[in-house]
Amino acid sequence: MDAIALLTIFILSIFVGIEVVSKVSAILHTPLMSGANAIHGVVLVGAILVTGKATDNVQLYLGLVAIVLASINMVGGFVVTDRMLEMFKPKKNEKEEVSK
Amino acid sequence: MTPTWVRLAELLASVLFILALKGLSSPKTARRGNLLGAAGAAIATAVAFFYGQEFFGGPVQHLPEILVAIAIGSIIGWIAAKRVQMTQMPQMVALFNGVGGGAAAVISVIEFLSAGNEETVAMLTATIFTVVVGSVSFTGSLLTFAKLQELMTSRPVVIPLGRFITIGVAVGTIATAVLLVLNPSNTLLWLLLGLSLVLGILLVLPVGGADVPIVISLLNAFTGLSVAASGYVLGNVLLIVAGTLVGASGTLLTRMMAQAMGRPLTNTLFGAFTAKASTSTASAEDRPVKSASPEDVAIMLAYARKVIIVPGYGLAVAQAQNTIRELVELLVAKGIEVDYAIHPVAGRMPGHMNVLLAEANVPYDQLKEMDEINPEFPATDVALVVGANDVVNPAARDDKTAPIYGMPILNVDQAQQVVFLKRSMRPGFAGIENEVLFDPKTSLLFGDAKDSLTKVVGSLKTL
Repeated sequence: MDAIALLTIFILSIFVGIEVVSKVSAILHTPLMSGANAIHGVVLVGAILVTGKATDNVQLYLGLVAIVLASINMVGGFVVTDRMLEMFKPKKNEKEEVSK
Repeated sequence: MTPTWVRLAELLASVLFILALKGLSSPKTARRGNLLGAAGAAIATAVAFFYGQEFFGGPVQHLPEILVAIAIGSIIGWIAAKRVQMTQMPQMVALFNGVGGGAAAVISVIEFLSAGNEETVAMLTATIFTVVVGSVSFTGSLLTFAKLQELMTSRPVVIPLGRFITIGVAVGTIATAVLLVLNPSNTLLWLLLGLSLVLGILLVLPVGGADVPIVISLLNAFTGLSVAASGYVLGNVLLIVAGTLVGASGTLLTRMMAQAMGRPLTNTLFGAFTAKASTSTASAEDRPVKSASPEDVAIMLAYARKVIIVPGYGLAVAQAQNTIRELVELLVAKGIEVDYAIHPVAGRMPGHMNVLLAEANVPYDQLKEMDEINPEFPATDVALVVGANDVVNPAARDDKTAPIYGMPILNVDQAQQVVFLKRSMRPGFAGIENEVLFDPKTSLLFGDAKDSLTKVVGSLKTL
């Protein structure tokens, strides 16, 4: 894809990224950070791509290291975020009833 | 060309990531948002194997090794994420972020080794950018992990001439990066990698105490940007979108956190809490404080009309969240009005305390944010501070020389009576003496927070 198209995607993504989190409440800062952290674990795709076309052993081993690191980031990130959010969930309805 | 269906699948994954971030911004949809993100990541990973002939020059090579590596990483990540205690969450996020940055850096190193001389200047620049930013994020995050895990001191580490060394290494890194773009060579690449790794350490070393979470958030945004840059290098739109989303939202989130602490970002990074302790530290041991027994505290609470609980990291460390909930339930049953005052950075990370209390089934509507609760302190009979210190230290409001000056605090000093549950007279994470402790209206109940609270609950029941 040509450079301008990629640049366009890049710039538009910046605006989307800012827009979607602009109204986040303080209580969700930690899970949001953790969730965003998991999303950049998708760098795993890049690690698979470079490893899949590795032409010598140095590239292969480095690639495998990148894959392990990226998988830790992705899987660990989503699981840990889910554990945090699990705790927010069931409470709300019953509480609102109690307080009102 | 990459098959069309692969690209469409990647488009779907990009949309899922946007929905994930959107969902994570509201309590109702947060969990679903995270699951959408995980689905997007799974789809993206699965289709990566089908890039086809032109990309891989045949079918994917080294397929068994790749699958094994994914399995190893996933198992490590899964176990770590399942085992970690909620109190250790911040360092876990730091660690996951660090390995992500490391992965981005390694990918770019491979790209450079395989195609360094043939790349366009733009490609080279992006490659080298990823190496630098990914490496800084890697060592910076690992050091943050070490600080939070208390493998090393959490105080700022100031090395002699540290500022100049850091500037020197930063300039060296940039110079090497520029040279590398002009004149690609493997030797220079290794030098750059080394310099960047050192730079990550030097940047985080002088950051201390309560500023650490902001740094985690910033490094998270860094990793996002390096992922976006590696997407550019690989011509992969999905990585560009995902990385940029995280980079942009992470930067905004970092700013919001810094604002919550009343500290401009540049201050956090470069003027970070200097190591000087406040003036009164030396005399702390000699100054009189009023200590109370659990029974005294129980009586004080039982005859109050309005109580505000200020939970801090010490509460979490003592695993006393359930005990405090029990105490609050008892008080509410007696008709006393009880709220929790949650400082934005209570715990070790913004929103951390909310997670910890949610874990203990504390009703969500009893948690009041700082701006909402602060005007209520003067009308409060008892402010019960459990394991918090810096976030209630009036020095942040009144003492211009204090390192935390400017950080918004909970005004417990305006309550009629203040009770601190503390393990010792040791100052808080930021290492600053708290004048409220010596106020005549303040009582201190020393001991492990859980023990103390259990005793208070016990005597409340007999009243």
